[in-house]
Amino acid sequence: MSDVMLEVKNLTTKYVTRFHEDVYAVDHVSLKIERGKSLGIAGESGCGKSTLALSLMGYYFPPLHYMSGDIIIDGKNISGMDPDKVRRTVLGTEIAYIPQAAMNALNPTRKIRKFIEDVILAHDPKVSKKDIYELAQNRFAELGLPVEALDKHAVELSGGMKQRVVIAISTILRPKVLIADEPSSALDVTSQKMVIKMLRDMMDKGMIQAMIFITHELPLLYNVTDDIMVMYAGQIVERGSAKEMVFDPVHPYSRGLMNSILVPEEGTRSVKLTAIPGTPPNLKNPPAGCRFAERCRYAKPECRYNQMPIIDFAPGRTYRCGTSVEELRELYRKEDEMNAAEASSDTGAADGPVRLTKGV
Amino acid sequence: MSETTSTRRDFSKAPSCLKGVGVTRYFHTGKITTKAVDHVDFDFHEGELVSIVGESGSGKTTLSKMLLGLLKETDGQIYYQGKPRDISSRAKLKEYWSGIQAIFQDPFSSFNTFNKIDTVLLDCINMRGGKNLPKEKKNEMMTEACSFVNLKFAELTNKYPFELSGGQMQRLMIARIFLLKPKILLADEPTSMIDACSRATILDMLLQLRDEIGMTVIFITHDIGLAYYISDSIYIMEHGKFVESGGADEVILHPQAPYTKRLISDVPKIHEVWDLSTV
Repeated sequence: MSDVMLEVKNLTTKYVTRFHEDVYAVDHVSLKIERGKSLGIAGESGCGKSTLALSLMGYYFPPLHYMSGDIIIDGKNISGMDPDKVRRTVLGTEIAYIPQAAMNALNPTRKIRKFIEDVILAHDPKVSKKDIYELAQNRFAELGLPVEALDKHAVELSGGMKQRVVIAISTILRPKVLIADEPSSALDVTSQKMVIKMLRDMMDKGMIQAMIFITHELPLLYNVTDDIMVMYAGQIVERGSAKEMVFDPVHPYSRGLMNSILVPEEGTRSVKLTAIPGTPPNLKNPPAGCRFAERCRYAKPECRYNQMPIIDFAPGRTYRCGTSVEELRELYRKEDEMNAAEASSDTGAADGPVRLTKGV
Repeated sequence: MSETTSTRRDFSKAPSCLKGVGVTRYFHTGKITTKAVDHVDFDFHEGELVSIVGESGSGKTTLSKMLLGLLKETDGQIYYQGKPRDISSRAKLKEYWSGIQAIFQDPFSSFNTFNKIDTVLLDCINMRGGKNLPKEKKNEMMTEACSFVNLKFAELTNKYPFELSGGQMQRLMIARIFLLKPKILLADEPTSMIDACSRATILDMLLQLRDEIGMTVIFITHDIGLAYYISDSIYIMEHGKFVESGGADEVILHPQAPYTKRLISDVPKIHEVWDLSTV
């Protein structure tokens, strides 16, 4: 048993559209997650977060195609395996996935216990239904879910409960890695907290060894995961610990993302909310150079045609940019000073001005 | 670089724009009565940005539908610009709608799929009484509205709404509001289906628009951070009742009602510890 639970090396996957165009939604992504750690993936809609999650399972079906790279779960390489074999031997036991629309994932005509039977019987057809029921009861009790829910239909459960039941079903076989793709986006704050608490409990109790959490809500990631990785146009642009990423982002795009955080705390109202201008590039023909150059306020002319490699600049921190870390930090410091000077020169701003900057 | 600044103002002396006394809506299913909105009182002033915050099922959307005149209230009275609201006939309702407009949560289902974008915008011009304007003038107005929300009318003309992305559609909704210039804008979770980065753009446009035409904005949301950031006053709704209301700073930083306290503690934060044990 190694300590690296999931290792991905140069994974590239593509979508083939109905006009036979290739769209590289995941482009040379490498990442590593150690036992007991969680990784958050942030980024705009359409940046490839969900595609990365699907690709990590090794279960490909058109229009998604595997191109190159390795996915190693706890020392076992699953890339390039036959999809049917992946379904029987990898999904559920090695890696499990909670989809974005988990609320609608349950067939309304079946009882919850039936779904659990399906999952277990797909892996081991010899288990008796009584054993499965007992296992399910124990697991539900362990996770703090009402055992009665097993004999109910999906429509009888509330949204938050449905989501937690889906999580319990997908982790019934104790997968090593759990991928949660926006598990709480459709829920209100209280149910969201319950879902997060359950995921954290599962990590603490060792029911799952590692977790990948995908969302575009940064305050949530900051509170849930150990590390945060920012994706842009199919590539990783920065990775670091949650704290470093929120308070000291280096890549201009991560900084743009962190500037869009809104939390109900003192001081939020006096901070500028900055929108990143423009839209992400079309991945059918991505730009030759840095993919963010078009929208980057610090972009230099050479950024547009120089390929950007991903650079390690501190322990556990990587970024993808042509400008050096020191230079970027200096730029940010100047910008913050300018903003602070502007804020203090505003008249009558004592009771918290609402200020928005557009198109910087 | 364009910048909109709007300091939080005191609206208590501004004329009342929309006022409700004992507004109630019950839904009956067989013998069960659901009190979706239960005797709520409110007073929204001209030019104010009000947020109504609550969890799913708290009655936010029912209230917004009543404000729009899409649902009849079971009890209570809504006052529009100081006078009791009269929407008894179709003509009066249309007249009322020229003063109140809405942006809904789901941009994908906000448009008629069979109408081109030109039609959508032309309808707005016609509704404002510009039916007999020359074609060039209409085109000019549509171009102006589109450029206000960073869209290019030349690229949109002859397209259908489903050819746009979610963010673009939501901006097109705001372009409509720009053309209609209503007195009240009711925004029902306009940013919940859009990611955090585009959210800032949409909010920016709404605030600019409010400053430009001085309208009242009623923001319905469950995102407390967002409500705190943009609004002048906040109403907290629980099970069809307002449990707390007041200035944004007051309600969010010094909440009184236990429900408000719980709601705020449930939001993940950056500078404070998020206590997971209180679920």
